[in-house]
Amino acid sequence: MTEKKIRVLVAKPGLDGHDRGAKVVARALRDAGMEVIYTGLRQTPEMIAEAALQEDVDVVGLSILSGAHMALTPRVMELLKANGQTHVKVFIGGIIPDEDLLRLKEMGVAGVFGPGASTEDIIHDVQTAVAG
Amino acid sequence: MTYSQAVLTGDRLALARLLTQVENNTPDGRTALIELFPHTGRAHLIGVTGAPGTGKSSLVNQLALYYRKVENKRVAIVAVDPSSPFTGGAVLGDRVRMRDLSGDPNVFIRSMATRGSLGGLAQSTANMVQVFDAAGFDIIIIETVGAGQSEVDVARLAHTTLVVEAPGLGDDIQAIKAGILEIADILVINKADRPGVENTEKALKSMLDLAHPTERVFQHHGSAMRTIAPKQDSSATLMWIPPIQKTVALESKGIVELAESIGRHVNHLRQSGDWAVRERARLEVELEALIRETLVNQFHEDVSQEKYDETLENVIQRKFSPWEAVKMLLNGRSK
Ligand code: B12
Ligand SMILES: Nc1nc2c(ncn2[C@@H]2O[C@H](COP(=O)(O)OP(=O)(O)O)[C@@H](O)[C@H]2O)c(=O)[nH]1
Ligand SMILES: [Mg+2]
Repeated sequence: MTEKKIRVLVAKPGLDGHDRGAKVVARALRDAGMEVIYTGLRQTPEMIAEAALQEDVDVVGLSILSGAHMALTPRVMELLKANGQTHVKVFIGGIIPDEDLLRLKEMGVAGVFGPGASTEDIIHDVQTAVAG
Repeated sequence: MTYSQAVLTGDRLALARLLTQVENNTPDGRTALIELFPHTGRAHLIGVTGAPGTGKSSLVNQLALYYRKVENKRVAIVAVDPSSPFTGGAVLGDRVRMRDLSGDPNVFIRSMATRGSLGGLAQSTANMVQVFDAAGFDIIIIETVGAGQSEVDVARLAHTTLVVEAPGLGDDIQAIKAGILEIADILVINKADRPGVENTEKALKSMLDLAHPTERVFQHHGSAMRTIAPKQDSSATLMWIPPIQKTVALESKGIVELAESIGRHVNHLRQSGDWAVRERARLEVELEALIRETLVNQFHEDVSQEKYDETLENVIQRKFSPWEAVKMLLNGRSK
């Protein structure tokens, strides 16, 4: 009877209005059988952490094309931890310069995807991270 | 601490995790439901149904704001969206319209996919609602897409069901789904800022008149004269005629009136005894569903897959009928 689905929150933090990538990723994850909760634009880190908690998600995906990822990402991770959601895997997508990759990984980000990333790779990495 | 203990102390993370267990129908989820059951039966359940895009989520957002600000009630929202029948996945987007509610610890929003399970949706929604009820939420709003029998069942869960229409979605009676009056306690015309409200209202009114002919119209000296059918004074026959409420969710117009209408419906339910009737009907449906589920599970435990396959094959070969097959399977329940 048990039907365990991967639940993913896809969020757009900050004032960044580029939402095509987030929607593409949301649909791709849905087509891979996951349940994707889409929050829409202009989310604060607090709103994202709160939604992640209420929805009991396995994964939080942030789509950031504004350049604010180094400020927004650690804040979201802190709040997830403060809420006791240490098991939640965080993925980042958007415009992320190479020089930030290492620091994001050090923060504990599970994966980073930039323009042109294949949705198959994203699906694979999300599934692996949740299973692992 | 067990799930149910944690939920009763107001632990939101435990609540979120228990909702997952209950949705997935796990043993932990069922244990918690049993422990929480004595704490249920207090919340007012409001169903919100209607075609996609009519503004249900936007309305739920406004109603929840009203209950928070004006009545200081704790509000839980269960927002149901369809799963893809092909992949089993879903994009659940109702939260997009509920931004205003974030940051309030007395609001809890949970999105849920239909998961295509036959009749299972109503059951798992009912179970999730019970968890919120036990957790002390005063108002539980269930948003669901108005299509299909299981969605109707979800609407029936509620004490008060709002059916949401919007102008421009085809404004004649035919376009408004037959049967909505069976589940509607309140008819909402949202997007009343848009052209065509009058037509939608006219269509709904004529539907209501057909269903509730309490007003008799006489032709008298060429002009229409109306007499109201005499009210019976026995309280058991007090009838609730669904009112029509116009709203503009995006501008929070008509929300107070809608909430007042919901309040009147609650009073009606209490005074007429319908509250108890609905409560009874709801629990009876739940009990029936559980009996069915348990019996089917029991059957699959008792009858081996080989025996089942063999019988099915015999039915396909027309060796015996499905009715005889059931009898044989139930009698010879051996592994
Ligand atoms: C289309 C576009 C727009 C459209 C956006 C339409 C919309 N609703 O999305 C419009 C015209 C509105 C626009 C406006 C602006 N834009 Co613009 N825009 C672009 C452009 C050309 C393409 C973005 C896009 O849609 N790509 C297609 C999608 C599918 O790709 P994607 O978002 O990258 O997503 C992929 C991956 O990143 C990843 N991914 C994304 N999100 C997520 C999430 C998760 C969880 C995961 C796992 C993966 C993932 O997977 C996706 C699939 O491969 C980019 C340049 C570029 N090549 O990226 C500039 C760009 C993003 N824009 C830019 C700028 C500066 C602006 C403006 C500020 C311009 C201005 N001065 O007005 C405004 C700001 C608007 C706002 N409110 O935020 C800059 C950002 C610079 C920076 N970050 O340092 C860019 C990089 C252009 C540039 N080279 O300067 N823009
Ligand atoms: N003009 C107008 N648009 C509205 C109103 N309420 C909601 N909408 C818009 O209608 C669309 C669908 O709303 P949503 O609440 O998601 O509808 P749902 O699919 O029924 O839940 C969104 O673009 C809303 O902004 C309203 O009262 N007037
Ligand atoms: Mg909706």
